[in-house]
Amino acid sequence: MAKESKAATADQQELERKPTPAERNWEATTLKKALEQNPERQRTFTTISGVPVRRLYTPADLPGFDPARDLGLPGQPPYTRGIHATMYRGRLWTMRQFSGFGTPEDTNRRFHYLLSQGQSGLSVAFDLPTLMGYDSDHALAEGEVGKCGVAVSSLRDMEVLFDSIPLASVTTSMTINSPASVIWAMYLAVAEKQGVRLDQLSGTLQNDILKEYIAQKEYIYPPAPSMRLVIDTFEFGIRHTPRWNTISISGYHIREAGSTALQELAFTLRDAIEYVEWGRERGLKVDEFVPRLSFFFNAHNDFFEEVAKYRAARRIWYQVTGERFGATNERARRLRFHTQTAGCSLTAQQPYVNVVRTTIQALAAVLGGTQSLHTNSLDEAWALPTEFAATLALRTQQVIAHESGVTHTADPLGGSYFVERLTTEMERGCYEYFEKIDALGGMIPAIERGFPQREIAEAAYRYHQEVDRREKIVVGINDYVAADEPPLEILRIDESVARRQAERLAALRRERDNRRVAQTLKDLEAAARGSENTMPRILECVRAYATLGEVCDALRSVFGTYEEVAIT
Amino acid sequence: MTEKKIRVLIAKPGLDGHDRGAKVIARALRDAGMEVIYTGLRQTPEQIVSAAVQEDVDVVGLSILSGAHMVILPRVLELLREKGVADQVTLIAGGIIPDGDIELLKKAGVAEIFQPGASSQEIIDFIQQRVKQH
Repeated sequence: MAKESKAATADQQELERKPTPAERNWEATTLKKALEQNPERQRTFTTISGVPVRRLYTPADLPGFDPARDLGLPGQPPYTRGIHATMYRGRLWTMRQFSGFGTPEDTNRRFHYLLSQGQSGLSVAFDLPTLMGYDSDHALAEGEVGKCGVAVSSLRDMEVLFDSIPLASVTTSMTINSPASVIWAMYLAVAEKQGVRLDQLSGTLQNDILKEYIAQKEYIYPPAPSMRLVIDTFEFGIRHTPRWNTISISGYHIREAGSTALQELAFTLRDAIEYVEWGRERGLKVDEFVPRLSFFFNAHNDFFEEVAKYRAARRIWYQVTGERFGATNERARRLRFHTQTAGCSLTAQQPYVNVVRTTIQALAAVLGGTQSLHTNSLDEAWALPTEFAATLALRTQQVIAHESGVTHTADPLGGSYFVERLTTEMERGCYEYFEKIDALGGMIPAIERGFPQREIAEAAYRYHQEVDRREKIVVGINDYVAADEPPLEILRIDESVARRQAERLAALRRERDNRRVAQTLKDLEAAARGSENTMPRILECVRAYATLGEVCDALRSVFGTYEEVAIT
Repeated sequence: MTEKKIRVLIAKPGLDGHDRGAKVIARALRDAGMEVIYTGLRQTPEQIVSAAVQEDVDVVGLSILSGAHMVILPRVLELLREKGVADQVTLIAGGIIPDGDIELLKKAGVAEIFQPGASSQEIIDFIQQRVKQH
């Protein structure tokens, strides 16, 4: 076993190349001749993130590299080679397709279909009103109900969403952030109605508010009360739902907003540090709550850069949890992550080509040791996927899992000079970002000053210019363009979804015990004003069929709302 | 040179927070010499049109990725007409807007719609041509 806290930290390692005489000789003879005869296609080669890539990697690129210290073995510190000893020989990753559209009935049918097709876990996509804590019949919800995901405004909707799905045996991931505790409470209440004990439940709440301020922008309250709500779920979770991941700290959206691979990794891990610090301040024990933190990364097109990112993530988290937080529980030090292929890489043009992109990206996630995976559907540059497209996306994972052979051995790219070099560079860059953010006083002050937002906007613009100038080729966009394309059949959500949701809400407000609703909301407000954990109060509200909008309004009245300073 | 700079309002209506496209285009238009005002997130049609009038812009560009375009764009057009500025202000949109909807929106008065993959240059050229004609 590698010695604790002696894994290579970025500054310990000398990155200057030290070529052997044989390599120098090759450069002077074989290479020189080849270049004279056939010059290379470009003067420089870079990853999609703009990181220079050399023509060849050799042991010279790994000065000071110590496999025992820097890699370890699978299932052993620093977990560079994966968190399980047998990796996918033991158990495949969870195939977890993110899905949700229209009414809870529509999505419930899609869930049953996906499970019947061999999907191994559920993942709920909510519509924009739900993500922003508004009921389907709110004025601001107009035009958005059921469009980007499923509309869930009350426990009644949640009951329909999980109808005939046994919550004791399925694992569910829910992409919800600012109103996360309310939606989670609804899920817990459905479990109660199914007669399932909370400690039997297994799944993940995204609940990562920091990346909302940084990238995805679906925030409601200001940072401090938002963080308090997150820590309330951590605390509730260690007491009542020991198998539930109360957060999925997400780089996915940071990348989609245009960041580089390094920025995605660095901001995500620095967000994670922030959550651990807030949890400690609450008095939670690192060894107790940190094992329930999970991660979520993007899988973009640049294959090796992505693999390096996942491997570096594990190594850094192992170091950070030990050195920064003194964790001794190994489960707190093993970074577990979900991956989704890059939505922003999909093209509206020649959409069938997206299947190929997604396959390459998914392969990177698997070779990077992911614990679960979502593969995008070919039509997602246009709309939420049709059943045909969603099935093909799931089949892509099944082909990788059962036909490609890449699952037969753990970390097959480990030891590649190129991959190890990229992994080390990624690690070093990450620590540099940590230093900058620490110097700004932590992630929240950094966000308030627009630091990560500005870094991402810069990277997004740089990439856009590279594509505009055709320095980076995107098939079907700036090269290999098809003149005439047949229209693609896409999923359309019409306004009848909003009508049906509004009718259901009106009925709910008539039928429920409105006195009880008012009382539970008042109790929640009082709790929010004080310092007690809000989760039990929120559970009381949703059990009484208070709506999502009502619960969020109660919290808005105490916490206020947040508005960012826009950066362009 | 005394030629007046083209003034553009870039806005992000609706609840969606995906502002990558809006920000990239705001910057590209600025780099092309235009005066660009970016409203930030979650602007209602009323807020957008009142900003357009106040800032006396030539062009309003909306970025919509959420599927709400068939509700939001007609509303903005209606309000531009109500304020009597529909003739001076060119309304364009970008984002995830399927082919079938484009015809309807153009007929209703949206000057142009840029789908995913559109280059900055296409958008810049369109705006420059259009404002020159006015």
